[in-house]
Amino acid sequence: MPGVFGAIDWLFIFEQTLNEAVDLNAIVFALAAIGLNVHFGYAGLLNFGQVGFVAAGAYGMGLAVTLWGLNPFLAVVVGMIFATIFALFLGIPTLRLRADYLAIVTIASAEILRLVARSTAMRNITRGPEGLNEFVGPFRELSPFNPSVSYGFGPFTWRGNQFFTVVVGWTLIFFFVFLVWQLMRSPWGRVVKAIREDEDAARALGKSAYWYKLQALILGGIIGGFGGMMLALGNATVQPDFFVAPLTFFFWLVLILGGAGRVWAPVLGSVIFWGLITFIQNLGRQLVDAGLIPTSIMDTSQVDQIRFWIVGAALALLMIFRPQGILGSKEEMALDAH
Amino acid sequence: MILSKGLSDMGRRVVGVFLLGVMAMALFVAFAPPAFAEGEMIGTRLRYTEPNSGERVAVSGVSLTVEDTSGETIAEGVTDADGIFEVEVPGSGRYGLTIFPETLPEGVFLADPDNPTKLVEVLVGQTGRAIFQLVNENELAGLGQTSTITFRRVAQLTVEGLKFGVFLAMAAIGLSLIFGTTGLVNFAHGEMIGWGMLWAYLFNFYGFAGMFGFMEGWPAPFGDGVNLIFATLMAIVMGLGLGWAMDKFIFAPLRARGTAVISAMIVTIGLSILIRYVYLFVFGGVPRFYRDYTAQVGIKIGVIEITPKDLITGLLSVAILVLVGLFLQRARMGKAMRAVADDRDLAESSGIDVQRVIRFVWVAGSGLAALGGVFIGLSEQVSWNIGFRILLLIFAAVVLGGLGTAYGALVGALIVGVGIQVSTLWIPPELKNLGALVLLIVALLIRPQGILGKAERIG
Repeated sequence: MPGVFGAIDWLFIFEQTLNEAVDLNAIVFALAAIGLNVHFGYAGLLNFGQVGFVAAGAYGMGLAVTLWGLNPFLAVVVGMIFATIFALFLGIPTLRLRADYLAIVTIASAEILRLVARSTAMRNITRGPEGLNEFVGPFRELSPFNPSVSYGFGPFTWRGNQFFTVVVGWTLIFFFVFLVWQLMRSPWGRVVKAIREDEDAARALGKSAYWYKLQALILGGIIGGFGGMMLALGNATVQPDFFVAPLTFFFWLVLILGGAGRVWAPVLGSVIFWGLITFIQNLGRQLVDAGLIPTSIMDTSQVDQIRFWIVGAALALLMIFRPQGILGSKEEMALDAH
Repeated sequence: MILSKGLSDMGRRVVGVFLLGVMAMALFVAFAPPAFAEGEMIGTRLRYTEPNSGERVAVSGVSLTVEDTSGETIAEGVTDADGIFEVEVPGSGRYGLTIFPETLPEGVFLADPDNPTKLVEVLVGQTGRAIFQLVNENELAGLGQTSTITFRRVAQLTVEGLKFGVFLAMAAIGLSLIFGTTGLVNFAHGEMIGWGMLWAYLFNFYGFAGMFGFMEGWPAPFGDGVNLIFATLMAIVMGLGLGWAMDKFIFAPLRARGTAVISAMIVTIGLSILIRYVYLFVFGGVPRFYRDYTAQVGIKIGVIEITPKDLITGLLSVAILVLVGLFLQRARMGKAMRAVADDRDLAESSGIDVQRVIRFVWVAGSGLAALGGVFIGLSEQVSWNIGFRILLLIFAAVVLGGLGTAYGALVGALIVGVGIQVSTLWIPPELKNLGALVLLIVALLIRPQGILGKAERIG
């Protein structure tokens, strides 16, 4: 049907798709999911509040500049410290309990963090719902790229500041993928995986399961925190209502799609996820604009809700039919509550 | 058909349920526009106290929209130099007037930011007015903290807390029992509450077939809405059906396959996101109200004041909870449920049909959740995202009382309900739910098995 396809700007859709697949969103999701991979994929921790770590990192870095006027490098350290504190806050009460208690506490804690950040009482510090907006200057001064020049090629073209974010983001991704790969081959990683497989056996061999799980929670949390810092840097803003609880499950989908417990899974999952979402949404919008989907069924704003259907359905269907995702092995995903 | 060819039997069934669910919700879609009449208006006047001069000053340039009961926006505009917004509406009836807080000028805030929509009753030939309380920075900082603690306020908040607590308990028992019998934490439980709330709305406004255009004009309950009491009963039936379908088509097959509990838990998360956003698609983002019993004047009982609908639904909930308790203590099925929750293998070996008990728990728990949803919708408002808003409170209640125990859910829900209301004596109302979540974490630190739970469950 040439009439149908003629109304759609395929080139634009494919360009958008390729761009989004490696742009800021994909970077943030990949980092958050690498952290989640340490938690769930390797240590078997059910962290349903990863968005809280992302928020902790973003707010830590932002506040360090707006509140304390620290330089960019110290601000990143503060972001890491915030993520660590959040990990301790979650881990200390729950890591001795069954896995599902951690799940409930993490989802609740991430929501606590968001509610506190947007509350009137904290307005002087976090600026309430408007969030932090004046911290990005010192970071952009570090950028070697000219803000008014475009860099890259084809669909992968960004203005200087965005290009800086993309370069830093992908550098971080490669660094953390390498770090996780090395760590999981080390004795430390083997203990963590042993605890995931059989906590009692690991304890019987004299390993403190609690301590190792706490370390894994902190490590994954800090990596998630870097996701938040990239988000803050790329958008030049930190707003509390970005960090809503369902976002955590987007990270979960990204991880499970790639295959939990595999080093490259979060990156692969994130790239596929953002490519797919962008493709479907752009196609949907154009179909609505061209009148091929009547507005009585769906209007343009509702096209944006499709991503939630995809995430929900994909998460459930993947868990039922292919829990190991693209890269994983089924045996490693045969987890159970201890 | 081609789509499902490659899938297993199990796969076809799951896909079938997804499609069925989406189709069922699609029934919400077709709404008839109300007939036009003349002379009715809706409006509001926005003013706030200027902090320096202390004078009441008009707030201009604030965006507002008017929605009819189907959620369709019928008018929009901004307040004029006198802070006045007035538009004509198609006829008498109920309308929602929504203010956009982000269009308020610097230093002006909504006193109750959680409720930007006001329900306005417009009478024939008259102008319906809504009042949005606006506050300045100083007043905002003092909200919820300034007023003194009196016996009357404590009593009022306690009663409101108990009311919300019994609704919460009804909604929470299912979650606790499903966990007790299967070990599954059902993150889609909130959507089961929303299911009841939204179906009752649908039946209340459109009857059970009114949403199909061809039955328009037929008498209730076909082409027209039914009284909320009947709508509630129908919503309960839908709730029972949902619980049955979820277990029959999704969770029973997963158990039969030996799927790990954690995988099943992630399935419930996926389901909850999918279902919630189908609600949004079909129902729209604007909160609404039931057609009957919405605008009621409170009656005074001693020092407290309560609306008749809250009193009746509260007492009804207490009666239902007592019945649930009696059922668990006396009835064969109730005893079997407790036995399975206590020790599944022992129950199975003593001849209890565990799968049948689990199916019953799903059906009954979902029915109770649906009823709880209607009561909460009647007491507050009907909205698509009730599921997520209430899920964390249910978790707090259930963990506090003891995950897996029916009575624990009851005790925990009452504590959470009263706790969040009474806490507004000291903390701003916008943070009241935070108290419940902090309580949840503190409870895990001190007594992780919950008030009524047993220690060996948690290890």
